Amino acid sequence: MTAVRSVAAGMNGQIKMLSIKNLHASVGDREILRGVNLEVPTGQVHAIMGPNGSGKSTLSYVLAGRDGYDITDGSIVFGGEEIVETPAEERAAKGIFLAFQYPLEIPGVATMTFLKAAMNAQRKARGEAELTTPDFMRRVKVAAEKLNVTQEMLRRPLNVGFSGGEKKRNEILQMALLEPKLAILDETDSGLDIDALKTVSDGVNALRAPNRSMLVITHYQRLLDHIVPDVVHVMAAGRIVRSGGPELALELEANGYADYVGAAAA
Amino acid sequence: MPAVQETVDQVRRIDVDQYKYGFVTDIESDRAPKGLSEDIVRYISAKKNEPEWMLEWRLEAYRRWLTMTEPTWARVHYPKIDFDDLYYYSAPKSTKGPKSLDEVDPELLATYEKLGIPLREREILAGVEGASDRRVAVDAVFDSVSVVTTFKEELKKAGVIFCAISEAIREYPDLVRKYLGSVVPTSDNFYATLNSAVFSDGSFVYVPEGVRCPMELSTYFRINERNTGQFERTLIIAEKGAYVSYLEGCTAPMRDENQLHAAVVELVALDDAEIKYSTVQNWYPGDKDGKGGIYNFVTKRGDCRGARSKISWTQVETGSAITWKYPSCILRGDESQGEFYSIAVSNGYQQVDSGTKMIHLGKNTRSRIISKGIAAGRSDNTYRGLVSAHRKASGARNFTNCDSLLIGDQCGAHTVPYIESKNASAVFEHEATTSKIADDQLFYCLQRGLTSEEAVALIVNGFVKDVIQQLPMEFAVEAQKLISISLEGSVG
Ligand SMILES: Nc1ncnc2c1ncn2[C@@H]1O[C@H](COP(=O)(O)OP(=O)(O)O)[C@@H](O)[C@H]1O
Ligand SMILES: [Mg+2]
Repeated sequence: MTAVRSVAAGMNGQIKMLSIKNLHASVGDREILRGVNLEVPTGQVHAIMGPNGSGKSTLSYVLAGRDGYDITDGSIVFGGEEIVETPAEERAAKGIFLAFQYPLEIPGVATMTFLKAAMNAQRKARGEAELTTPDFMRRVKVAAEKLNVTQEMLRRPLNVGFSGGEKKRNEILQMALLEPKLAILDETDSGLDIDALKTVSDGVNALRAPNRSMLVITHYQRLLDHIVPDVVHVMAAGRIVRSGGPELALELEANGYADYVGAAAA
Repeated sequence: MPAVQETVDQVRRIDVDQYKYGFVTDIESDRAPKGLSEDIVRYISAKKNEPEWMLEWRLEAYRRWLTMTEPTWARVHYPKIDFDDLYYYSAPKSTKGPKSLDEVDPELLATYEKLGIPLREREILAGVEGASDRRVAVDAVFDSVSVVTTFKEELKKAGVIFCAISEAIREYPDLVRKYLGSVVPTSDNFYATLNSAVFSDGSFVYVPEGVRCPMELSTYFRINERNTGQFERTLIIAEKGAYVSYLEGCTAPMRDENQLHAAVVELVALDDAEIKYSTVQNWYPGDKDGKGGIYNFVTKRGDCRGARSKISWTQVETGSAITWKYPSCILRGDESQGEFYSIAVSNGYQQVDSGTKMIHLGKNTRSRIISKGIAAGRSDNTYRGLVSAHRKASGARNFTNCDSLLIGDQCGAHTVPYIESKNASAVFEHEATTSKIADDQLFYCLQRGLTSEEAVALIVNGFVKDVIQQLPMEFAVEAQKLISISLEGSVG
């Protein structure tokens, strides 16, 4: 059975968007990812939950190709292609998007300017024509309205002086405009009040599509009430230690991570 | 965004440490013998057909200079300059002084064309980006002489005098005698005094009362000859209610030895006059190991002599091995205003010590300083500024904002602000920040698909935006490109 599952198209005909095998990553001599195995079929939403410090953000950075991590073993296959050696900007152009837990600020650069730079950079990398200004403006207008992002916000420098909620909405706006194949959302719920959480979740749900996969990283179950995942994984001490359906999130909510923290220490 | 995109495209086309203005024009020169003496001063004065008073003025400065020593307070380091090992005058043989375009050596016209400075008036429209209906008059100074000044006749119709200073000394002696040295006295400082003795060429601008200069004026300085110092002298006078915007640009060939550029610029603004002076300084900065490059030791000062007058300095400094430069304003007239907007970029082994002085003498005078220093490579970048209020300067106001951006961890940025207030009603505000292009900021951009070159260009453009906006529109795009090229290769 496992042999059949491991090929690109599994038993139920699912194409694998992402397939991570035995991934080990360290910073200096500290190993943070210690053999991660994870498969995300095309069109599915998977959640990764786990205690603080278990390596969730590290996994998201390593998937996005951030410098500074030694990949000592394992593979990351995205859309059928090994990407461990692929630079971050090329991964972005191939369709990997990371919504940051703490979005960065760029003083003096209007949000609108940044959006256009990013969209055109990716288009260029894929050999597509740059967007015309009217086309770009139209796309931004449509996406911004859905996320309650005002024109005024788009004129402000990127994330500078944005509230927590504004920053997260801005991340989802970028996701909507860049139309990734795989979106990784790192603690997109953190720092949001209930209304903002609703806006952001609606934004994310609107982007669920048969040709798009999502990896939703969260510490708390509440986000998963809004963005209902197909599969929930538990990460502890640098590994995926358990996988199950959405009900697993509820179990974790009830029992906490104590079992996993204990197991990791052992 | 197109500006950023163009920047990036431009950066791509150019190899690392290839300074695109580094070529040498092969042209026969007429040079003074090496070294400095009274005879050399006489030689220069004679070459320029100067009147006796000018020669005396120079000689007095020269004698004064002999008693002076080089300043050492700036945060720059270089081997002692042997002032007897330099040529103080060099001019293309074919040029006897400014003349009409038809007479200019085609080799020189080709040089300026290669530098992107079309001198033929009909080409100027096509050459300047974004200048669909605006024209720019150019004075082109090659080593020690002005080779041509464009649009002179048209300016004359408006009453504006725009010519080489050597010509002004002959043609408008009363104006020159009245104002030369009145802002930067011959005894001012070691380099200014040296300049007063041996200055060769530069521009002269006179805008009469109530006249708004009908076009942008500019001077393009080029050092070509080996071992030659360039000592330019520029004097701009705006009479009551006059307005002029002036821009200077500078480049030099790539040479192994260091070359000295010691300029003096004096601005005089009378009642209600306004002078906007912009610089895009791109002297050869030296190679990637710090060999060669221009020593740019410059004294620039504006005198807001009249009430409600205004002088504004905007500088984009990307070149030179060493920059030592403090464009200043003396706010003498009541309610006069001084501004200093600066972007100083250093990379490789460049050293920058630059800033401004705002000297508040009149009542209700205002000044504003916005300085953006960007240090990369192994460079050192210092902002040094003085804001002072005289006893009588009641109601003086200054706002200073100095931001430094570090790229990499082998460069340094320093801020040295001096504040002196002798009037209790003066209000001086100072803000300073130092930031780094952080790895996570870069990664954020890469994750969105930008290359690291694009990311740095974007972050830097954001950082310098407030100052770029002060440049004449024609030059803003150019300046932005230049900044990105200067920072090329600064992130791994
Ligand atoms: N750059 C780094 N250098 C050293 N240790 C790191 C680095 N990044 C993360 N870690 C450590 O790795 C562990 C996992 O961190 P992280 O991936 O941020 O966990 P999570 O997102 O699950 O809270 C933590 O113990 C953290 O301290
Ligand atoms: Mg985390």
